Amino acid sequence: MEKIFQKLSISSATLVFVILIGIFITLFIAAKPAIDEFGFDFIVNPDWNKEVVVEITDTQIAVEDLSDQGNEIIDEDDMEITDEDDIIEDEDEVMFDEDEEGTLTTTIYGGLVPIVGTLLTTLIALAFALPIAMGIAVFLAEIAPKNISHIVGIAIELLAAIPSIIFGMWGLYYFAPIVADLVGGYQVSLLTAGLVLGVMILPFMAAITRDSMNTTPGVLKESAYALGATKFEVIKDIIFPYSRTGIIGSIILALGRALGETMAVAFLIGSIFVLPSAINDPTISIPVAMANNFGEASGLGESALFYLALILFVISFAVISIAKFYFLKKAH
Amino acid sequence: MRLLANKIFLALSVLSAMIGLAFLAWILITLFIKGLGSFHFNLFLNDLINGGLRNLIIGQFILAGLAAAIGIPLGMAAGIYLQEYGRGKYASLIRDLSDIMMSAPSIVIGAFVYAVVVVPTGGTSGFAGAIALAIMMIPVVINTTDNMLSLVPRELREAGIALGASKYRVILDIVIKAAKVGIMTGILLAFARIIGETAPLLFTSETSNYFSLDLTESFPSLTVSIYDLANEPEESSRDLAWAASFILTVLVLIINLTGRFITRNKD
Repeated sequence: MEKIFQKLSISSATLVFVILIGIFITLFIAAKPAIDEFGFDFIVNPDWNKEVVVEITDTQIAVEDLSDQGNEIIDEDDMEITDEDDIIEDEDEVMFDEDEEGTLTTTIYGGLVPIVGTLLTTLIALAFALPIAMGIAVFLAEIAPKNISHIVGIAIELLAAIPSIIFGMWGLYYFAPIVADLVGGYQVSLLTAGLVLGVMILPFMAAITRDSMNTTPGVLKESAYALGATKFEVIKDIIFPYSRTGIIGSIILALGRALGETMAVAFLIGSIFVLPSAINDPTISIPVAMANNFGEASGLGESALFYLALILFVISFAVISIAKFYFLKKAH
Repeated sequence: MRLLANKIFLALSVLSAMIGLAFLAWILITLFIKGLGSFHFNLFLNDLINGGLRNLIIGQFILAGLAAAIGIPLGMAAGIYLQEYGRGKYASLIRDLSDIMMSAPSIVIGAFVYAVVVVPTGGTSGFAGAIALAIMMIPVVINTTDNMLSLVPRELREAGIALGASKYRVILDIVIKAAKVGIMTGILLAFARIIGETAPLLFTSETSNYFSLDLTESFPSLTVSIYDLANEPEESSRDLAWAASFILTVLVLIINLTGRFITRNKD
């Protein structure tokens, strides 16, 4: 019995490891066709689901067919340095429909738009949430009397508990119209999506920043007060420097959350694969591209979505690891 | 000058707190007005196909409940390993990975379950949805169990061992009992979180307009249906989405506050 129990607990712990590795491998396998097809150019290509018609004469096809047999294996490496025309020709080998004599139609997928959309919404969210979250954390940790701090703290944590889909609906129907009135432009845009995302990560960021600030030893603060420092000076010169790594860790952790947030952004970003030329233009992010296109996608299109998922997973894995292991470990 | 800077700073900080509270109030008031406006008791009696929410609410509870039934024992067992059996590098690796998993994008977990469950089984199903939610829940339960067990004093364990109890008996009868309240709070908070999740369900369980208990088919989900309804052009669909959002938020907040209340009572 003892042995069984111990085995069960070890296997459960190992399951975490298996799932994480499993996610990575699964995404990679599912993304493999798109990775083979588009290589790293995927990241900088702004065209998604674009049909490209290529006219090729019979002799060219013949030549290609011959040369392909030898080149197939090294195609993947070539991808990084070849220009766009070559890429299109490469696709033709895998999936082509012969529309007319000598004309090939092929669909290409590039991830630039959702990648840019994800990074920009996260950046806007961070810029909006950061000062307010710091203010709230200072209020909770240093300014408010204990009972008020407790109640406000619970309220802020309730804000964090509200499901993200609610933020999306509220954002679309109540928040975005006001922002659009003030700034102009579309109601669904990078800006409104980023701001609602900011409201969403606000409580999370405030709560962990407060916890970091609370680790400052009372003796340090008291000494500063005894020397005649004002509250502002104590916070600026004692608490911030002391808990700096912890605070930076909290910010990065919140950033990791924002990168992967789906529903709040899905309502507000506009979901079109177009690079935004202004902050109040609609565009799309990686999670939203997946949420809205996964159902209908198949073949190379689905694989391209998995490629996006893999990119998102790797980015957020890296971001969260940096926050956890570099900043938050150091802080304790 | 110094005092002025101090005053400005303090005012800004109080202002930030008020902004945070204002957002909470704004969202809750919107939900109350829009949600209660379309709320009707018949929503609990009819399924979505007849303009009600009954199948969706029950479906969401079944999905989250099943996820909890998978996630709680696995998470607790893993948490027990970290505190009671695990020593050294492997345990701390698992602890770190679990922390990372806790913040992994939920849509990516949905895509993973799509690839390993939905595609091989030939279609979306309630099981796939529950598995996706369970994967989201496990790291939270591990984290809670790990933290709460670490608070249990060593002497309790030693006393148990000294009385001749085997290690697993000590863990189950003494250590877990001592940490029960904290673990339950953590589990309730984790449950409140997954019951409001949408993204991992979008292409795993999908949703259904009909009442269903068949976990091998597309399964009714409140959150996924809110997303669908909110995007429909008709006013009536959106009103239903608001009513559903209102119910969902009330549920989530009640579960969340219950969790906090339990710990508070103990202190």
